[in-house]
Amino acid sequence: MSGHAHHKETFITKYIFSQDHKMISKQFLITGLLMGVIGIGMSLLFRMQLAWPGESFKIFEVLLGKWAPEGVMDANIYLALVTIHGTIMVFFVLTQGLSGTFSNLLIPLQIGARDMASGFMNMLSYWMFFLSSIIMVSSLFIEAGPAAAGWTIYPPLSALAAAQPGSGLGMTLWLVSMAIFIASSLMGSLNYIVTVINLRTKGMTMTRLPLTIWALFITAVIGVVSFPVLLSAALLLIMDRSFGTSFFLSDIFIGGEVLHYQGGSPVLYEHLFWFLGHPEVYIVLLPALGITSEIIATNSRKPIFGYRAMILSILGIAFLSTIVWGHHMFVSGMNPFLGSVFTFTTLLIAIPSAVKAFNYITTIWKGNLQMNPAMLFSIGLVSTFITGGLTGIILGDSTLDINVHDTYFVVAHFHLVMGISSLYGMFAGIYHWYPKMFGRMLNKNLGYLHFWITAVAAYGVFFPMHFVGLAGVPRRYYDYTNFPLFDELQDTQVVITVFAIIAGFAQLIFLYNFFRSMFYGAPATQNPWKSNTLEWTTPVEHLHGNWPGAIPEVHRWAYDYSKLREDGEYIIPGQDFVPQTVPLIDGEEDSNH
Amino acid sequence: MTTFLAIIVLILVAIAVWQMTKIFELSQVNADNSQVANDKDNKLNGYLMFAFLVFLYILMIFSMWKWGSFLLGTPASAHGEDYDNLMAISFVLIFIVQFITQALLHYFAFKYRGEEGKKAMFLAHNNKLEVIWSIIPALTLAGLILYGLYNWVSITSIDEDEDPIVIELYAQQFNWKARYAGADNVLGDANVRLIDIAKANVLGIDESDPYAQDDKITTELHLPVGKKVLFKMRSQDVLHSAYMPHFRAQMNCVPGMITQFAFTPTVTTEEMRVDDGIVEKVNTINEIRAEKRAKGMDADPYEFDYLLLCNKICGQSHYNMQMRIVVETEEEYNAWLSEQKTFAASMGKEDTKTETTEAVAQVELVSDEEAKIIGVN
Ligand code: HEM
Ligand SMILES: [Cu+2]
Ligand SMILES: [Cu+2]
Repeated sequence: MSGHAHHKETFITKYIFSQDHKMISKQFLITGLLMGVIGIGMSLLFRMQLAWPGESFKIFEVLLGKWAPEGVMDANIYLALVTIHGTIMVFFVLTQGLSGTFSNLLIPLQIGARDMASGFMNMLSYWMFFLSSIIMVSSLFIEAGPAAAGWTIYPPLSALAAAQPGSGLGMTLWLVSMAIFIASSLMGSLNYIVTVINLRTKGMTMTRLPLTIWALFITAVIGVVSFPVLLSAALLLIMDRSFGTSFFLSDIFIGGEVLHYQGGSPVLYEHLFWFLGHPEVYIVLLPALGITSEIIATNSRKPIFGYRAMILSILGIAFLSTIVWGHHMFVSGMNPFLGSVFTFTTLLIAIPSAVKAFNYITTIWKGNLQMNPAMLFSIGLVSTFITGGLTGIILGDSTLDINVHDTYFVVAHFHLVMGISSLYGMFAGIYHWYPKMFGRMLNKNLGYLHFWITAVAAYGVFFPMHFVGLAGVPRRYYDYTNFPLFDELQDTQVVITVFAIIAGFAQLIFLYNFFRSMFYGAPATQNPWKSNTLEWTTPVEHLHGNWPGAIPEVHRWAYDYSKLREDGEYIIPGQDFVPQTVPLIDGEEDSNH
Repeated sequence: MTTFLAIIVLILVAIAVWQMTKIFELSQVNADNSQVANDKDNKLNGYLMFAFLVFLYILMIFSMWKWGSFLLGTPASAHGEDYDNLMAISFVLIFIVQFITQALLHYFAFKYRGEEGKKAMFLAHNNKLEVIWSIIPALTLAGLILYGLYNWVSITSIDEDEDPIVIELYAQQFNWKARYAGADNVLGDANVRLIDIAKANVLGIDESDPYAQDDKITTELHLPVGKKVLFKMRSQDVLHSAYMPHFRAQMNCVPGMITQFAFTPTVTTEEMRVDDGIVEKVNTINEIRAEKRAKGMDADPYEFDYLLLCNKICGQSHYNMQMRIVVETEEEYNAWLSEQKTFAASMGKEDTKTETTEAVAQVELVSDEEAKIIGVN
């Protein structure tokens, strides 16, 4: 591929079956956002049930139909909503919605490539993602209802249609959808890896890559290592379900009869699931951290503090993330000795995480902070990442996990550290790169509103949840009123739900801003945030092939913000940033040594 | 009432949003339309960052004050005290780190808010600092790990010399049963393949196993205070989890496998009912329940009881799969246990009271089946 190609484009090749990474990135983003609307909407519905258990709501009747007779939510659909909410948020919004969008947009642009290594595979990756989204959503409309065994779909509950209505066709669709999703994710990831390794422009050494690219690159590596394991777990589960094998099942009596399964173990499934499941947390989180690194540095007008330490901690997290999965299984019945090992590795992973948090704070220190909405969301991410990360110290400790495992304490923990943090990272990325994607600016005032309401409400939802969990309240309960012990918490449940509704509505501000600005936003300038990275050297108007002329050569790292010469003047007089394309000046030392 | 409150809150929020938009807009008079933050934005959001820090502090302190009492209270098992200690230490550490880091983050965001012409400090790295903040967490965590593992090992290693009382916890959609090992303290062999509904052998106990004859099946879990109990968990259908929060105890029940957990109950139900924390808690709960009753809802006065809850999603009535636990003195325990029927008796091997037992078992079975079909509501 050279220059910008001069072949004719039709509507279909430009907007639908596009092989251009920028268009594919937008496709991922918009699909991800739509899935996000569904996922968050579901959480509001089941939060209403928790705050006002058994009460009749018109909206239940309208949205859930026969699953809410007379407007009262049914117990099975509650579990189904929780399951699909979790699945959609983790996989569809924060895996492909986040990685798919920003890997596609940023990898070619920030490393200086004309496109992804394989445009075709990239297109295929999106369309498989789209297909899996459609299947997942369509499972909501079938007679027996969608999968309802939790997003972890542990067998035998997920394997036996007799165990719950959602384990029939609903579960089949879930598995099919996820199998396609995994294929999509693998194609995307392989493409990202190959592109980063092979297509960097002249001068763009690995240690000059922006941290976004490092994060997206390592995320892809983790995905390639761990998603196939989930795929095999899903395939084995399909075999158990449909072909009578006994990988995960043994000695079961259900529906008045003994089933033939013998010799399998649900614990095996748990190991396979969490071998992906835990790395998945980082697949969701690392891109957000990479995005945030970039945005905090740019908006602090300072280099990211400890660039190499940041890379090392990404690598450390990536490696450790594959050997901590057992912390989800301390009370699964596995050998307690394994529990000790996983406690050890889990608490180790806190160290690179702590390094990251400290480095963000130091980057902000003595900066000249430009409070753009992207910056606010990045600071918000650091805040929720710390709050959520700290409780990981409790959950990672096998002893302490005994009594908080599967309670609301866990729900609070993972929402803060991975859900909200990654969502903030995604928002930060959208506010920051919107001008690059759409050639227009998002309205900043709406951005501020969106951030501040969300920031307050998110803590309002998830902070109290810790205490609900510490009081011994299990998660995935449809109704707590059978336990007088939990009566005390009813007010708190209402508070949480009210904040959740506020948080949900705050996202409408964002959606309005997002869609309106596409057409009416202020036109973007080429480099609105005065950033050093290569994507801002491309024209505002999208070109196939990205740069009109030759691809620029890179001469320095991405973080020369506010760098001074010996005489105290900026490297480029009057300008506090030095784009990566600017050669070192006489006597200047490379900052990244 | 709550609905009404919620509506009020929503309206207030809407007003707040509207007011905030105005503030943001006012701060924009004669600003350019570039949508890039200017000094006014930096200042406003810098101050808001500081306000947010205050909000976080208030939230944390308020939460501890308001919700601190939701915690489970006095632990009722021997290892529970160590558990609570470890939890307390971890929490103190977490709160210290949380207070400090959030303060630094938001204060810096406020202090270093951007101004036209201000110069940021160029600081790319500092090896000493980075080493320090890798090592401090590493050491702290090492301490926590060691203390945690010490507890973990002592909780999970089961010393047969202590001669624990062996009790099986049997889970099925959606109820619990307990099986006592009887005088020999050995559970008879069992497998769900041996379940024989017609004969009311609902746990699938091997009728020919001599150890099984004196086993006793109950629907309430009674434990003698001060004696170590070894639970053997079994599940009939899907995963369940036996969660006994007051005892700081939990273990999954896995079909095809026997899992185990042991602890020593240290506080009887009667003693716990007069525990200060629990008394206060129960009073609050009863006030709430009295209010509910006044509104015509059905909410009997509450008396404290230990509970076993299912804590692994297991289907429709997962949310109501519970069993009462009674911790009592050894005499009370023995008296209660001697009233329970042995497996042999319920199978009709001893001719005493055969008919009634079978009838009871049948009734129980029917209600189980019903529970499965209609869900326990
Ligand atoms: C307005 C925002 C959100 C609210 C109010 C919310 C609320 C909840 C609640 C209350 C549960 C637990 C339900 C239960 O266990 O019974 C839950 C489950 C879950 N949520 Fe969210 N959530 C939100 C956003 C997110 C985000 C951004 C993520 C992304 C990671 C996420 C991922 C999950 C997952 C993985 C589960 C577990 C599902 C399961 O138990 O199978 N949620 N959510
Ligand atoms: Cu994990
Ligand atoms: Cu359950």
